[in-house]
Amino acid sequence: MSAVLNEQAAPVPVLEGWFTLDQQRPHLLGTRCTACGTYYFPKLKGYCRNPDCNGESFEEVPLSRSGKLWSFTNASYQPPEPYVQVDKDAFVPFAIAAVELEKEKMIVLGQVVAGTGVESLRAGLTMELVLEPLADGKLTWKWKPVA
Amino acid sequence: MSTNRDIAILGVGMHPWGKWGKNFVEYGVKAARDALADSGVNWRDIQFVSGAATIRNGYPGQVAGATFAQALGWQGAQVNTSYAACASGSQALAAARSKILSGECEVALVIGSDTTPKGFLKPQPGDRPDDPDWVRFRLGITNPTYFALYARRRIEMYGDTLEDFAQVKIKNAQHGLSNVNARYRKVFNAADVAASPMVADPLRLMDICATSDGAAAIIVSSVEYARKIGKAKAPRIAAISTVTPTFASALVEMPDIATDSAVAVPAQSFRAALPRKAYEEAGIGPADVSVAEVYDLSTALELDWIEDLQLCARGDAARLLREGATRVGGRLPVNPSGGLACFGEAVPAQALAQVCELTWQLRGQAGERQVANAKVGITANQGLFGHGSSVIVKA
Repeated sequence: MSAVLNEQAAPVPVLEGWFTLDQQRPHLLGTRCTACGTYYFPKLKGYCRNPDCNGESFEEVPLSRSGKLWSFTNASYQPPEPYVQVDKDAFVPFAIAAVELEKEKMIVLGQVVAGTGVESLRAGLTMELVLEPLADGKLTWKWKPVA
Repeated sequence: MSTNRDIAILGVGMHPWGKWGKNFVEYGVKAARDALADSGVNWRDIQFVSGAATIRNGYPGQVAGATFAQALGWQGAQVNTSYAACASGSQALAAARSKILSGECEVALVIGSDTTPKGFLKPQPGDRPDDPDWVRFRLGITNPTYFALYARRRIEMYGDTLEDFAQVKIKNAQHGLSNVNARYRKVFNAADVAASPMVADPLRLMDICATSDGAAAIIVSSVEYARKIGKAKAPRIAAISTVTPTFASALVEMPDIATDSAVAVPAQSFRAALPRKAYEEAGIGPADVSVAEVYDLSTALELDWIEDLQLCARGDAARLLREGATRVGGRLPVNPSGGLACFGEAVPAQALAQVCELTWQLRGQAGERQVANAKVGITANQGLFGHGSSVIVKA
């Protein structure tokens, strides 16, 4: 009985190791070159891609939880697999945000939280990272406008 | 690098774009035979066959140069195959130019052809969290997502409107109307575009290009060879830019989920870098351009390209469109062929099709879509994996 409860309670991420599972203050997990400071998301190991850097050592770092909305769109139709498929009539269009992280100087994509459509978005809005499940129950990161 | 680095365009040919359901080799041979006939060069005299590969046709597509050479009849030419996604055709052209300028051959056939599956392009099956293409589809991010993000950015930054984007479609549809090689030859008005379903806000179905079957072929030679066969006045290729992006990327590129971080070095635009190198190589500037063929994967992307080509200041392309400058008859026609809006994308053939159109324009053979007094044309395209190209053709 308790094993079943635990199983239900344990959140399963859509991508293992891409973000923390802290429901209140989740972070995307990237790496940073210890030589030149360049951030990587998804995580890069091995060799730094900055053409002026010979760095081969990386540290795992949580990325900033908020940034400015660079641009946005939506998915009016259900994306193809491997996106989790639901019945065609049950599909609810969702918005997608490109958010600029100031400290990392990078733009990261992600869905926008359910219930927030493109009509309520404007470039420059502050967006913060939250976790929400996809249709298969697995958690993904999403961007949410800060009220 | 100037005029002595030029090569001549002796002939061009295309197989009409469409969904013909045939083998891509058949399209390619038709295009090649048309190009040979246009050039007056005998197939036996072609010394180098440079094929643009397609990954969708399996084994023969990946050995495109040899596949086409066999279908045309083995005659002992040197052979090469290039793969560079949407820039495959330009890379095949660059391979031919290198052979010609190094003296390894005098005259070459460059060829690209594709057969596309029905419907939207989809990722390969299976669970592959290390593959960025799998990851983005898993998260719900499709090809139109990227085009829509760039389009919305224009709205937010420059005040472009959905009506502007629709006007690009209307203009290109008008251009393609008389083009026998175009797949879609139909007049569109603003109401038609507005009635098409929204795919990825702000882009509607009519703002996004389809995928097509098609083939394009070009016969190129040294300037000396052109002179020898009485074609001293043939249009010249003055530049072929196929540079990679420079780290750090300014835009989220398909299929990535994020840009590079610009903490250590500044962010740079890949699209803008492609024509910059071409202008430098040709010793020709944006002010000299009389016509452009750009990769309008979406209507809004045509406006981005116009700015990347430095044909106007950043943010001004919609103004150019509204003034009518970019239509045939305007001062700077863009996509007189009808562009991808009328063709749909046939990946390994598309960059060559752009050069075919510029050749007809510079020869004054473009019929109803002829750009008056066309002297210098430029192409631009960008595809997956850091591939892209820009070619300058001059009279």
